[in-house]
Amino acid sequence: MQLPPALHARLAGAPGSAEPLPVERDPAARTAPFRFAPRPVRFPREHDFFEEGDVQRHLYLQDVLMQVGGAPERPRVPEFTCQVAGCCQVFDALEDYEHHYHTLHRNVCSFCKRAFPSGHLLDTHILEWHDSLFQILAERQDMYQCLVEGCTEKFRTSRDRKEHLVMRHLYPADFRFDKPRKSRGPVMPGAAEQVLAEALGDDGVPSEGDAMEVCSEHVEPPPVPAGERRAYSHRCLARI
Amino acid sequence: MLRGGGATVPPAGAGALRKARREQQLVSKRLLRDEALEEAEEGCVAMIFGEAEIQQFLQLAQRGTEEKEREGALVSLRRGLQRPETQQTFIRLEGSIRTLVGLLTSNQALLQLEAARCLHELSHSEQSAVVEACLPATSYLLTYLSGHSSDFIELCLYTLGNLIVESEAVRRQLLPQGIVPALAACIQSPHLTVLEALGYALSQLLQAKEAPEKIIPSVLGSTLPQHMLQLLQPGPKLNLGVAVEFAWCLHYIICSQVNNALLITQGALSTLGLLLLDLAGAVQRTEDAGLELLACPVLRCLSNLLTEAAAEAVGGQLQLRDERVVAALFILLQFLLQKQPSLLPEGLWLLNNLTANSPSFCTSLLSLDLIEPLLHLLSVSNVVSVLVLTVLCNVAEKGPAYCQRLWPGPLLSSLLDTLAFSDTEVVGQSLELLQLLFLYQPGAAQAFLQQSGLQALQRHEEVAQLQDRVHALQQTALHG
Repeated sequence: MQLPPALHARLAGAPGSAEPLPVERDPAARTAPFRFAPRPVRFPREHDFFEEGDVQRHLYLQDVLMQVGGAPERPRVPEFTCQVAGCCQVFDALEDYEHHYHTLHRNVCSFCKRAFPSGHLLDTHILEWHDSLFQILAERQDMYQCLVEGCTEKFRTSRDRKEHLVMRHLYPADFRFDKPRKSRGPVMPGAAEQVLAEALGDDGVPSEGDAMEVCSEHVEPPPVPAGERRAYSHRCLARI
Repeated sequence: MLRGGGATVPPAGAGALRKARREQQLVSKRLLRDEALEEAEEGCVAMIFGEAEIQQFLQLAQRGTEEKEREGALVSLRRGLQRPETQQTFIRLEGSIRTLVGLLTSNQALLQLEAARCLHELSHSEQSAVVEACLPATSYLLTYLSGHSSDFIELCLYTLGNLIVESEAVRRQLLPQGIVPALAACIQSPHLTVLEALGYALSQLLQAKEAPEKIIPSVLGSTLPQHMLQLLQPGPKLNLGVAVEFAWCLHYIICSQVNNALLITQGALSTLGLLLLDLAGAVQRTEDAGLELLACPVLRCLSNLLTEAAAEAVGGQLQLRDERVVAALFILLQFLLQKQPSLLPEGLWLLNNLTANSPSFCTSLLSLDLIEPLLHLLSVSNVVSVLVLTVLCNVAEKGPAYCQRLWPGPLLSSLLDTLAFSDTEVVGQSLELLQLLFLYQPGAAQAFLQQSGLQALQRHEEVAQLQDRVHALQQTALHG
């Protein structure tokens, strides 16, 4: 299919169009038995016209056709340590470090050192746990905000909020990022270890039940003796 | 993978895929395999694990003393979960999902990542029981979308995408759990890998059969469309992988015809038009495989949007009269002819919608000398031929000024060729075009007779759908 050479230049040129030729229709044109009439065509979702392209889209997603972007390579680097004070986790790949950092150090409550999966949950936590004004206001009005992004509902108690999460948003009743506090007042720093000790059972995984506040815990690690670091070493963290 | 009726081995070949698509059973899933991980594990064939082994891995993962040990247990489990038998055993084991979710939400970053990979393996299953066993994890997957670890978010998104496509039960849960606002927040991520994964997940959501009623309205009500259009803006920041996903998302929305007027007010026509120009430029510059993956949904979106009444309203905008669009389309048609001829109908569909009611675009076809290239496509297939002839009719029906520019030239001999086709639709469209030429172009009938046109018509005299028109043309040719 030979295209006129000027076409490519036209594409690169300025927007615009030629003056349209005059339109002059003869009514005899659409007289029976002839029936042509120009019309834009619309195809709905399931139309067979889309079959070919859909099959190719499918193959693409199946990575048969080609790879548009390969999976990221993980170059190994010389071992390095997490720079956050008190954390001595060692890494030899940047992506692993990135995930570690974001999971454990990024959204950390400066009061109680708990780590959260997102800034949104951290903000909610600080408000509900460490803000005395919140406690006062909560006695008079609905202050407990729904945790689902985009939902603006507020509730009188965290229990009401939980019920809303379960009924309205189909969240699990034991959703880990919504545990009620035990005590009334704001949680003071230093309470973390005690809470941690309470929170964890023998199986090493935070166990269920109302008694504990389980968010991703981050505990101040005891210092590690030099010379004992290995990739992914976790000896410096308290055993959980 | 195809969802066959209990078949374990997917049938090979595009023919089987077409059949699946016709039966609306074409299910795409993407398996994110970390290439580096695969290399490291080369030579290890995925084993089938029994209950006892799975128990062991889970216990070690939960309670092992060494971090490396715990991770290793999950890595082994993940490998096993590549086998459907192991998946089945896993989901039947009491507490297994619960434990996995526990590890997914633990504060051990690398365990978390491995647990997410196990979940991802499960999400790829063709068996809905396995996929639905992952339901307890969805609220967490959504929560993690607001995090910051791009690798992890990417994994969660692909997992969600796989779960979404496989099971309506999953979708029924994800919507009230807030998947649309979660995606709307996540789409602001600067990471291309996250965006591509998000596009994939969203495209699967939009493709659901209940999407027009239950999903697309809330997507249209969110900030997602604006962000999608932004990610489709041509320019140095346009990423092919990301653009492909969101172009398909737009296609599923548009062809569902829920509220296309809204998309038009948000500038969809303008953005897509500019993207078309950009694509044509890219196609000239590089032999890069993959541009047709983006061309296809863009062509579809533009074609369907042009049928909206709202499109007429914005017709004053330069983009819709800009003849560079026609130039771009032909460059793409040439590209498709070489690379993927089966997509030519989609390109010609757009050409039809552009030219049908537009004297301006019809004039562009003539002034840019595109009639002859168009005629070259007549030999590709019947479907393509019908579309080419339809476009030519779009031009011819506008009157003598247009037909004059179609004449003389190769048009007549091309028409005589198409009259030799046996396909009724091709011949029918040729007859329509002939009639217009006879009507508006003096000398056309005469030339037709001289080139043995009557004989060409004769062979169709007995065909029911054609005979009336054949006779009428014979009369006109002979008697004027």
